[in-house]
Amino acid sequence: MPDAFAFTRLPDPSRQKLTLDFEGVAIEASVGDSVAAAVLAAGHRLTRTTPVGGSGRGPYCMMGVCFDCLMEIDGEQNRQACMVEARDGMKVRRMRGARPLAEARA
Amino acid sequence: MAEQHVAVVGGGLVGMALAYGLLSRGCRVTVFDEGDDAFRASRGNFGLVWMQSKGAELPNYARWTRRSTQLWPELASQLARLTGTDVGLAQPGGLDFALSEEELAEKVARLEQLRGEIEDYPFEVIGRNRLKEMVPEVGPEVVGATYGPEDGHVNPLRLLRALHEVFARLGGRRVAGEAVREIQPLSAGFLVDNGARHQADKVVLAAGLGNAALAAQVGLDAPVKPNRGQVLVTERVRPFLKYPTSLVRQVDEGGVQIGDSKEDAGLDDATSAPVVGHIASRAIRLFPLLKDVRIVRSWAALRVMSPDGYPIYEESPSHPGAYLVTCHSGVTLAAAHAELLAPWIAEGAAPPYLESFRAGRFRLHTAA
Repeated sequence: MPDAFAFTRLPDPSRQKLTLDFEGVAIEASVGDSVAAAVLAAGHRLTRTTPVGGSGRGPYCMMGVCFDCLMEIDGEQNRQACMVEARDGMKVRRMRGARPLAEARA
Repeated sequence: MAEQHVAVVGGGLVGMALAYGLLSRGCRVTVFDEGDDAFRASRGNFGLVWMQSKGAELPNYARWTRRSTQLWPELASQLARLTGTDVGLAQPGGLDFALSEEELAEKVARLEQLRGEIEDYPFEVIGRNRLKEMVPEVGPEVVGATYGPEDGHVNPLRLLRALHEVFARLGGRRVAGEAVREIQPLSAGFLVDNGARHQADKVVLAAGLGNAALAAQVGLDAPVKPNRGQVLVTERVRPFLKYPTSLVRQVDEGGVQIGDSKEDAGLDDATSAPVVGHIASRAIRLFPLLKDVRIVRSWAALRVMSPDGYPIYEESPSHPGAYLVTCHSGVTLAAAHAELLAPWIAEGAAPPYLESFRAGRFRLHTAA
C-alpha cells in the first residue's frame, strides 16, 4: 500500500514509462527517474530502516549526500537509490538495517 | 582569591579536554577556536583509545598513556551524565595484526622491551588459531597479532561535540572565527589578540600546529610539524569485528574505519589516490570480506608531531602562567588532560611524569 503522502508528476507529453518491482509489487516510473524518485512518485515514503535503532527513513537530499535513501537494487544492498537510474524490470527492495557481509554469515 | 581566568587557545580535543578540567576546578575559561579553514586534527582522527606499543623510547609516555586509558571510563560516564551524549567508548582490548612472522617478532620485541621497563605491562601474543576464534573474519595472510587488553576506541566526533556541550553547560565562553595572532605577556597575566584583545590570568596553548608560531611569544618552544594521515570509512555493515585494531575498526554504528598512512605532505590535507588505494588493499588482506564493501568517504588530517612524537607539556620559565600542551593523541590522552593536566594549570599540582615532557629534551639531544 502506498503511504498517504504522495508526489505528483508534472504533465509531460513525451514521458516514457517503465515498470519497477518494488517489494514484489509492480510500480510505474518514467525513463530518467532515479530509483528514489520512482519510489517516491509511486507514493512510498520509506526506503530503509536504520542499522542501529531500526527506525524508518526515506529519501531526503536526492543528490547523493545524505545516505537516507539506501535500498537493495537488483540484489545489491546499500545502494543510494537517488544515484541509480531506474531501468525497466529492476527489482528494488527497502534496505533493512545494516548490510550483512557474505562471509560473515558463512 | 578571585576566580582565575584561563584563556585556552585551541578548541580541538586537547583544548576542550583541558577546558573541561579547568571549569570543573572553578576556573573561568575562554576558549579561542579558529575558523573552519583551520587544520582540525580533531575532526579527522581515527578514534582509538590506545596504549599498546606506545612509548618504547620514553617509558613515562607509556605510563602516562596507560593512566589516561584507565581514566577514560570515568570521563565517558561524566560526559554522558552532564550532556546526555554517549561517546561510544568500548575497551574490549585491541589487536595489532602481523602479516609475516618477522613483523610479529618485531611487535613482540617492542612490547617485551616495554614490559621490561614498566610494572605489569599488559599484552598477549595471539597465534593464528586463537586469532581465528577472536576474529573469525581475519584473512589467511595474517599470521598472528599482539593484543593489548586495555586498548579500545571511541566515537571521536561525538567526543568533540560532548566536550563542547559540557563546556557550554558549565559556563565556558567560546570565541570562534578568528585565529589568535599574538599573545602579549603583561606584568600580571596575558593579552590574547585574535583581532580583538582579551585579557586573562593564564594562557594555555593548545592550538596544534598553530602552537609553533605562538609559543615563542611567551618564552616556549613548540617544534611541531604536520604528518598527514588518510582515513577511509565504509558503508554500514552488520557487526563482524568486536576488537579495534591499529589499522581497521568497526564503529558502533556499523561503518568500518580504515587508515594508517603517515606522510610528510606539509600543510596539504588532501587525500591521494595511491595512498587511499594502498590503505584499502591492505585492509582487504587483513579482512577479505571487505573486498566488496563500498567506501562512502575518505579524508585526510594532519597529525601534530613533535620531533620524537611524544607530547610537550611545559609552563614557560620566563612567563609563568603560560602553558604549552601539544600531542598527537588527543583522543587517548583526553582523560589525562582533563583529570591530571588541568589541575596542574589551575592549581600548580604537577601531574606524574611531567618532567619527561618538556621541550628542553630536543635541545639536549642537539647539544649531545
